[in-house]
Amino acid sequence: MIDSSLRWVDDRLGIAKGGRTFLDKIFPDHWSFMLGEIALYSFVVLLGTGVFLSLYYIPSAHEIVYHGGYLPLQGQKVSEAYATSVGLSFDVKSGLLMRQAHHWSADIFLGSIAVHMARVFFTGAFRKPREFNWIVGVTMLLLGIVNGFLGYSLPDDLVSGTGIRIAYSIIESVPLVGSYLGFFLFGGNYPGNGIIIPRFYLLHVLIVPALIVGLLAAHLGLLVKQKHTQFKGRGKTEHNVVGSPMFPTFMAKTTGFLFMTTAVTFILAGFAQINPIWQFGQYEPFQISYAVQPDWYMGWLDGTLRIMPSWEFVGWGHTIPLEVLLPAVIFPGIIFNIFFAWPFIESRHTRDLAYHNLLDRPRDRPKRTGAGAMMLMLMFMIFAASSTDVMANFFQIRLNSVLWFFRIAVPLIPVITYFVTVKICEEMGGAEGIGKRKRPNVVHRSASGEFSTVPAEARPGDGHEELEAVPVPTFIDMVPADLATGPGIRRVMR
Amino acid sequence: MSDESPKAPSLTSVSLEDPHLQPYAKHPGRAEALAAAAMVIGFLGFIGFGITYWISDQTQWQAATLGGGMLALGAGVIAWGKYLMAQGPFVEERHEFHSTEAERDAMTAAIVERGGMVVQRRKVLGGLFALGSTAMGVVIAFPLIRSLGPKPAASRQVTNTDASLFATNWKKNSQLVTAEGRIVKVADLDVGGVLTVFPKGHEGSSPDQTILIRLAQIGPNDPPFQLESPGRTDWGVQGYVAYSKMCTHLGCPVGLYQKLTQQLVCPCHQSIFNVASGCVPEFGPAPRPLPQLPLKVDAFGNLQSQSGYHQAIGPGFWERP
Ligand code: HEM
Ligand code: FES
Repeated sequence: MIDSSLRWVDDRLGIAKGGRTFLDKIFPDHWSFMLGEIALYSFVVLLGTGVFLSLYYIPSAHEIVYHGGYLPLQGQKVSEAYATSVGLSFDVKSGLLMRQAHHWSADIFLGSIAVHMARVFFTGAFRKPREFNWIVGVTMLLLGIVNGFLGYSLPDDLVSGTGIRIAYSIIESVPLVGSYLGFFLFGGNYPGNGIIIPRFYLLHVLIVPALIVGLLAAHLGLLVKQKHTQFKGRGKTEHNVVGSPMFPTFMAKTTGFLFMTTAVTFILAGFAQINPIWQFGQYEPFQISYAVQPDWYMGWLDGTLRIMPSWEFVGWGHTIPLEVLLPAVIFPGIIFNIFFAWPFIESRHTRDLAYHNLLDRPRDRPKRTGAGAMMLMLMFMIFAASSTDVMANFFQIRLNSVLWFFRIAVPLIPVITYFVTVKICEEMGGAEGIGKRKRPNVVHRSASGEFSTVPAEARPGDGHEELEAVPVPTFIDMVPADLATGPGIRRVMR
Repeated sequence: MSDESPKAPSLTSVSLEDPHLQPYAKHPGRAEALAAAAMVIGFLGFIGFGITYWISDQTQWQAATLGGGMLALGAGVIAWGKYLMAQGPFVEERHEFHSTEAERDAMTAAIVERGGMVVQRRKVLGGLFALGSTAMGVVIAFPLIRSLGPKPAASRQVTNTDASLFATNWKKNSQLVTAEGRIVKVADLDVGGVLTVFPKGHEGSSPDQTILIRLAQIGPNDPPFQLESPGRTDWGVQGYVAYSKMCTHLGCPVGLYQKLTQQLVCPCHQSIFNVASGCVPEFGPAPRPLPQLPLKVDAFGNLQSQSGYHQAIGPGFWERP
């Protein structure tokens, strides 16, 4: 069966040679290589649940009278967008599950991208020849954040509406063209003529996802072409890849992983409430609700806005709202530019132009690890700064003290983190056998009271490491004799 | 993919007894039983979801059955892959994917020489094509960008709030009404009371949102209520003052009034405005005071505006003087 249909296809497309190579493709095994898979699979969940949502959600600011399952809203005037989002939560069967799964998978998507990116950074996987894939990855992170914000805005509830208002003001803060950009995007002065929801919808369900799908294809294509990196270890060199073959081992594991990622998303969606828009109410530009935070991936922008001093520039008949422009436009711009440029910044600094297929251990590269830790700490500090009010309440201290703490700590603590990390890495570099898996010693006491020490039995993983890696075998009776060159085995050179 | 050579130099033969082909698990039977059990649980979970869907719309049950099913099935497949398939490790060579120097030179030559030949010989055509496509790029941008929305009005005289960042609908003698359109009277608020108001006919409009605060209980015959802010001492009336509710930081509604300290707090980034001294920002990122609306009372005890706002409300922007 398989044989004859393969023949049919191969006659026309010639896929057998490349296909065989693909099935033999080796994937190195390490837990940290799964992080990217989480991102991939939560994107699959986003596409699936998103299509479900768009069957019921109507992107319209048009006002209607609500008649649905949520009783407190009965008879009130709400926008169609809000009514259908609440409807998804109350009237569509399985709708709440799908809505919350969509939102949870957005958070998991961006979280796993961030952790995946940290893995790639700290192990030096972005070095030559993989700079393209680093850039593609950073672009997807950027698009993911944008699409998360757009989606968050769609239900037209009080919290998301406030977010749109803030976004409009940030656009307005750009010198020269800000007011024009705002007017063009919103179809007029805020809140515009109701066009913003359909526009956000189009971007959210079509344009940005299509860009992400394209980049994802490039990301995976480059991965196949350039092959995966691996950690140093027995038999692993710059010129080979050691691990499990695509078919069947990797396929089984990764399929299972797709199921697990989806499962966790749906279990969260069913048991952990997220974004209960019916409690926030319909957006009205003059209303606001207290102590609601944006999704976590927007928090870092909110933090910089809070700790920025109120420096507005006024002169020559113009205003430049530096208190907005610097923290909300320039700062994220600089951060993303550093992200994009990092492979080149580093290779210029190290003058390292060689190919790298073996990964670094973070402690072997103290400066890079220090820089990464500094960036993580900076992100963490400004994220924390986005809840100054919550902290002031919680610790019963004055808001002013909290604010000044962050104004000093946000630049200072990351710098300290850099030096401490570099120091720790250097000390670890000198230590004997650090990071090696240690075999425990078992101490015996004989009947006569003598003590003796014996190394414990090998654990399952210990023995495994000791085999020499071999090419993926194919059994001879499946392969024409002239292609087989060994006793039962042929080897494919590529 | 590169060529497949049947005459591979080094060959590794693997027999069926080779440890590489043995499963990773020490006791494959047990591992298989576990994987099978997980898959059975997965199957039952999906059946459970099917039943749940038809008999109730209980989100928790749906999540538990569907999610539990996928978790178990996924665990089963992973166990199969990890413990029961050939443990390896297997190896594959990397090939150099860059071309040889000669190939690179050939490509460069093709671009530089062939291209150069054509472009240099036909300079006019090249120039015209560049001109034409640039023109196309520019004009295509017109509908793509310019059609999106109106330009912000350049003139300060424009009164349409949709068209100008300077305009509000507050004019001389605008009647103060609530979001529901109810007329606001002097007797409506006690000291410390606040109300969001709009000019009559523009209820709920974003740029017009104004917060009305009663600071003191002063009757019509008491000595007039004097504000601290210079030049605006008579902008309040009978203990009432009114300020734009749109934060000068990023435009959030400044919705929180603290009676004791007479402060308005913006919940977005905690800017704090001192109401008694003209809503000057005392704390946080807001750069400017909230603009004030001058008030008066008409013969029927209804609150009205003496005039519109004297400056642009809301966050800063380039054209703001
Ligand atoms: C990068 C990918 C995506 C991200 C990060 C993302 C994120 C989000 C978020 C955070 C929400 C708010 C959910 C809520 O709590 O109501 C949302 C809503 C929505 N998304 Fe997505 N999404 C993505 C892709 C998609 C795709 C591909 C589609 C459609 C094919 C889609 C359709 C929708 C719809 C219709 C809504 C509004 C539903 C409602 O609010 O009730 N999304 N999205
Ligand atoms: S919008 Fe009011 S403080 Fe930021």
